[in-house]
Amino acid sequence: MSNSIIKGIVATFDRDNIDTDQIIPTEYLKSIKKFGFGDFLFDGWRYLDEGRLDMTADDRSKNNDFILNKEPYTNAKILLTRDNFGCGSSREHAVWALRDFGFKSVIASSFGDIFYNNCFKNSVLPIKLSKEQINHLFEVSNFSPVSFEIDLLKKELKYKDDSSYMFDVKDSLLDRIINNLDDVDMTLKHEKHIQAFEQKRRNQRPWLFDYSN
Amino acid sequence: MPATLYDKLWDEHLVQTEDTNESLIYIDRHYLHEVTSPQAFEGLRHKNLRPWRLDANVATPDHNVPTDRGDAFNAESIKDQVAKIQVVELDKNCNNFGIHQFDITSNKQGIVHVMGPELGYTLPGMTIVCGDSHTSTHGAFGCLAMGIGTSEVEHVLATQCLKITKLKNMQINFNGSLQKGVTSKDIVLHLIKLIGTAGGTGHAIEFSGSYIKSASMESRMTICNMAIEAGAKVGLVEVDAITLDYVKKHSNLSDLIFSQACEYWETLKSDSDANFDQTINIDVSKIKPQVTWGTSPEMTIDFDAEIPSQEDVDESNHENLLLAKAYMGLDGSKSLQDLSFDKIFIGSCTNSRIEDLRDAASAIEGKKISKDITEAIVVPGSGMVKAQAEDEGLDKIFIEAGFLWRDPGCSMCLGMNPDQLKPYERCASTSNRNFEGRQGNLGRTHLMSPLMAALTAINGKITDPS
Repeated sequence: MSNSIIKGIVATFDRDNIDTDQIIPTEYLKSIKKFGFGDFLFDGWRYLDEGRLDMTADDRSKNNDFILNKEPYTNAKILLTRDNFGCGSSREHAVWALRDFGFKSVIASSFGDIFYNNCFKNSVLPIKLSKEQINHLFEVSNFSPVSFEIDLLKKELKYKDDSSYMFDVKDSLLDRIINNLDDVDMTLKHEKHIQAFEQKRRNQRPWLFDYSN
Repeated sequence: MPATLYDKLWDEHLVQTEDTNESLIYIDRHYLHEVTSPQAFEGLRHKNLRPWRLDANVATPDHNVPTDRGDAFNAESIKDQVAKIQVVELDKNCNNFGIHQFDITSNKQGIVHVMGPELGYTLPGMTIVCGDSHTSTHGAFGCLAMGIGTSEVEHVLATQCLKITKLKNMQINFNGSLQKGVTSKDIVLHLIKLIGTAGGTGHAIEFSGSYIKSASMESRMTICNMAIEAGAKVGLVEVDAITLDYVKKHSNLSDLIFSQACEYWETLKSDSDANFDQTINIDVSKIKPQVTWGTSPEMTIDFDAEIPSQEDVDESNHENLLLAKAYMGLDGSKSLQDLSFDKIFIGSCTNSRIEDLRDAASAIEGKKISKDITEAIVVPGSGMVKAQAEDEGLDKIFIEAGFLWRDPGCSMCLGMNPDQLKPYERCASTSNRNFEGRQGNLGRTHLMSPLMAALTAINGKITDPS
């Protein structure tokens, strides 16, 4: 299956430095599964009560002022925010929560490094734009709900019928999303090369191997 | 060509670079804990794979373990049923795959970034990864160390490699000597205030300068630990006599192997004419004790400075400032001294090593914590730190002052275990993140050094350490 077009409602988060603890609080990191985190996305802002891993959105008292609790944003596919989104911890649960909620793309002026990497492993496309472009997108989206369309092959974000921005992203990373590639499978094609490297290292730096304490 | 320490470590571990400019980097050490590993092991099972090299891996449970365990505690004793599943799952995965684990019953168990170096699993020049962003800590040993996501944990288990692109080089020179009452924590908080939480994004930061050259390994670890709070997933310090002395004491390498390794380790420094993409010079003698006022580590001020108001920041930052002030309950408070604290947390991978506990103990010896403080806890970083502190009698100083003396774990740094703030409680914390809800739903965190946290325990308020 090819995933080359992302299209949908844009939810706006007008603040900098949204960290991974905001995206998903630690309570929900106790799960040993890789799915099912959508109900806990932005938990501290989305609900008025404190949640647990065994609760669902229906069990909770919702904060009706929060954007993702309002129509049509309950179906948002694209998240628009400012600077340094996803800073903080390495928890991939942050991306799993965005993905499970239904987000396919996050647009920001910058991202936390580890979060940015984690996105591509889970078919969520992070798009970096300049602060001016982000400002403009906020102007476009602030008053009434809008939809954007993202063409992954052309690296183009269409925010109005006649207006778009081109964005930059490494082809190899984009490829992971478009073609659902798995890194482990790809790397193991170089198995022999890794083995040879390791053997050389074992001879050169023996203290690194079979070390125990 | 002249090279930085980061360049040298990169070249040393480079298996291959692909046409796409992504590289496979060989990983020497992989630390695992209970929270970010279960899905990675599940991935291995799903693909019918075994770990590539077992002895590269070391595991321990730290994030969600209770810290009031006492003797005769095991995984089954964990009351939080959901947390228990993760600790038991780590036991199962380590047993099934044959990975060495310091489990919850081990007297060496601890926060993985405290335990690893003191048991000699962190050696200079290694590449080190862990599903935890504070893996940057190990850069203090001249290691290329970084936090990774769970998909990458699976990738490293399966292939012994990480697929990444090279970072840029940043150099931070900390020169001068510290004022009385100032510690490595204040230095790194000051840096984050200066360059912001995205200041180091995309970079490996090498810390150098006369202050770093004289700093202990514990202090260097505190600084590298918080490189990630400045946006840099890699922090580094060159290898010198202080590094080698620590490694000699903490590893069990034979004299022959150690001296052979030293020949290589002594080359682990940036060339004098190496090129950094960015260099920042900071005179540490001017730095005062630092305390955070807001909900991001960059929201830091001198302990006696005024809390910023709208006039002090750019218009684009007004919203961030207002949201942080509202969350922290700062309406009407001009300075940090106006605030009353409820809880004290001394611990975390940033500040739970023996030097940190000595610092804190020195400020409270013979004193009692303020009656306004409802709970003050000390959580040593590992079983080894705990034992050493008890040998030195530090536990008695804490207990007599009114602190609770706990068992090792991440504890209230992230509130995954029962050590949490209640809504609106204000905490003086030696941890690394003051994010909203980090220490408990609606809790209010002020980051500071162990010395400042101990003084806050005694006085109930932020006070002048000099």
